This record gives sequence, structure tokens and C-alpha cells, in this order.
Amino acid sequence: MDLLLVQEDLDQIRACLRRILERSGAHSVLLIDRSGQLISFWGDKAEEDSVALAALTAANFGATAAIARLLGENDFSLLFHKGKEENIHFSSVGEEFLLVTLFDNKASLGLVRLHVEKAIQELTRILKTILGR
Amino acid sequence: MSFINFAGREIQCKIVYYGPGRCGKTTNLKYIYSKIRSQVRGKMISIDTKGDKTLFFDFLPLDLGKVGGFSIRIQLYTVPGQVHYNATRKLVLKGVDGVVFVADSLKVRREKNIESLQNLIDNLRDEGIDIRDIPLVMQYNKRDLQGGSVPILPLEVMEKDLNSSLKVPSFPASAVDGFGVFETLREISKLVAKDVSKRVLSGRKITSNA
Repeated sequence: MDLLLVQEDLDQIRACLRRILERSGAHSVLLIDRSGQLISFWGDKAEEDSVALAALTAANFGATAAIARLLGENDFSLLFHKGKEENIHFSSVGEEFLLVTLFDNKASLGLVRLHVEKAIQELTRILKTILGR
Repeated sequence: MSFINFAGREIQCKIVYYGPGRCGKTTNLKYIYSKIRSQVRGKMISIDTKGDKTLFFDFLPLDLGKVGGFSIRIQLYTVPGQVHYNATRKLVLKGVDGVVFVADSLKVRREKNIESLQNLIDNLRDEGIDIRDIPLVMQYNKRDLQGGSVPILPLEVMEKDLNSSLKVPSFPASAVDGFGVFETLREISKLVAKDVSKRVLSGRKITSNA
């Protein structure tokens, strides 16, 4: 079970992540898979931090999914953690991937959610094509 | 699920250290972290309880250098060993590319090793993986206790208990002082890199389970 990406795939994914940033005011966006691998990243977080963030986020999402099942839900499709300065928003992209968006208090959650939602549709389409090859 | 980036010529793989509670999985990662140059390793993350048990996992990313023109980046994870944390172990096993089974050499832990290996077999099966198809290395930890006051299992007994049918590479080790730690890591990395490159280079149609 591998994910094979060529330059064109990465360019498409990165363009999509970049659009979220430009339109929502978020400062970093990560696309990861549910096993914790970082697939693509756009923003101002250091790469070292984003690798750790990918591992922790996947685990967090997995743990929350287990809570959801205890409550009779299949999954929680999005999570949001609010800090004093920094906020983080997680969304599932299909069954296998997650989109993680980081933004500070200058950006609005509503706007982030709107653009994340749009990006998810596009990412789902791109990833489906990649996996279907 | 390994992630292969043809554009950046990079392969990312996930290796999980598995084994019964208190066998030394976290100690392996801590030793590796302490001895590897900061240029080739990332941050080590531990989610542990107030005691020294791992609650969720430890995580350590490493750059292994190049194989066949591709940079190999591996991510080491440990699982919590205690029996009742099985849901967490299953989460960490998701997308695994290789496993190090760390067995405890203490005589009193003999049954726990066997139970944990069986649990690994079951959990891999739930992920759709036959244990014989995935790169696997055995590590017989705590060999430094040999000759001390606590009875420990002879290597032959551990081989017979855990490796008589799997017949995978095995290493005696002492994670606290580092003996056997890098031998284990080198072997599993080699097996995983070989396995992934075989899949990539064979041109076999590769799909995800998504």
C-alpha cells in the first residue's frame, strides 16, 4: 500500500494548499495521511515541526475517531482546537487523508472553514486520481 | 503505507517498535536519539504517563541517506506495551512498513513476550497484513542482566519461543547501554528499504487501501 507522487501531483496539491492560505488568512497548511506521514506542506512552520505535527495529528484524529465510535458515530469529520494565540483545524479528506490548518487570532474560523471545505473537494478529486492510477 | 515522492526522490517509511510492557521500546528510541547527529534526526516526541509507561507512542524521524538515488526517511514509532492499550497499538500500526519486535529477556516475562507477539500477529492481520509478508526483526533486550541475580532466558529459548517459525533476523541487545540497538535499526531499515524499492522498481501496479 504505497502512495506514489510525481511532480505534477505535488504541484497540484501545493497549489491547492497555497490557495487556502491566501484566501483564509491561515499561516500553515499540511496534507497528511492517517498513518502520520507528511505529504505536502505550505506555510511558515519549520519542516521539523511539521513532521512531528503530522505524527501527532494523525494520532489525535485516530483517538478521536475511536471516541466517535464509542458514541455511535462513524467518525468526527472535523476537529478544532483553540489556543490563546494559535488555533488548529483538522478535516478528513476522504478515508485516508487529513488536512491540518493552522491560523492565529487575526484569521476568522468561519473563513478558514469555508476555504478548507472548498479545498477538500478539490484535494479529494486529485487524490482519487492519484490512487486510481 | 510508504509515501514515495518521485519529484523530490524521497521515500518515507514507518517502522514500529512492538513488544510487551516495559521491554525497552522507548529506551531503544532514546538511545538512538542520543547517539545520532542532529542533522539527520528530527524531534523526538513522547506521549507518556507520569510513570515510565508509554501511553500512546514515541516518535522519532530519521534520514537514512540515499538508496538507489532516493533519500530514505524513516519514522520510528513505539507502541504502549500494556495489554489493555490494544486500541492505541492498532492506531500506531496503521500504515506500518516494518516492525521491530522487542522481547524481554527476563525469565518472568516469557509468557508476556509470546502473548505480545500473538497480539502483533492479530493486529497486523486486522490491517490486512500477514506477519510473514512484512519486514520484521527480533530484538532480545536486557542481555546486560546475564549473570546477575535475576534469572534471564537463554537466547536459544527465546529463539524457539518467538522465532522458530518466523525465522527473521534476531539480535541480542541491551537498550540501556546501546548494545545491539543500531544493529537492530540497521537491519530493519535495510529490510524496509529493500521491500519498498522492490515494490517501486518492480513496476507492479501499486494502489492504496483507500
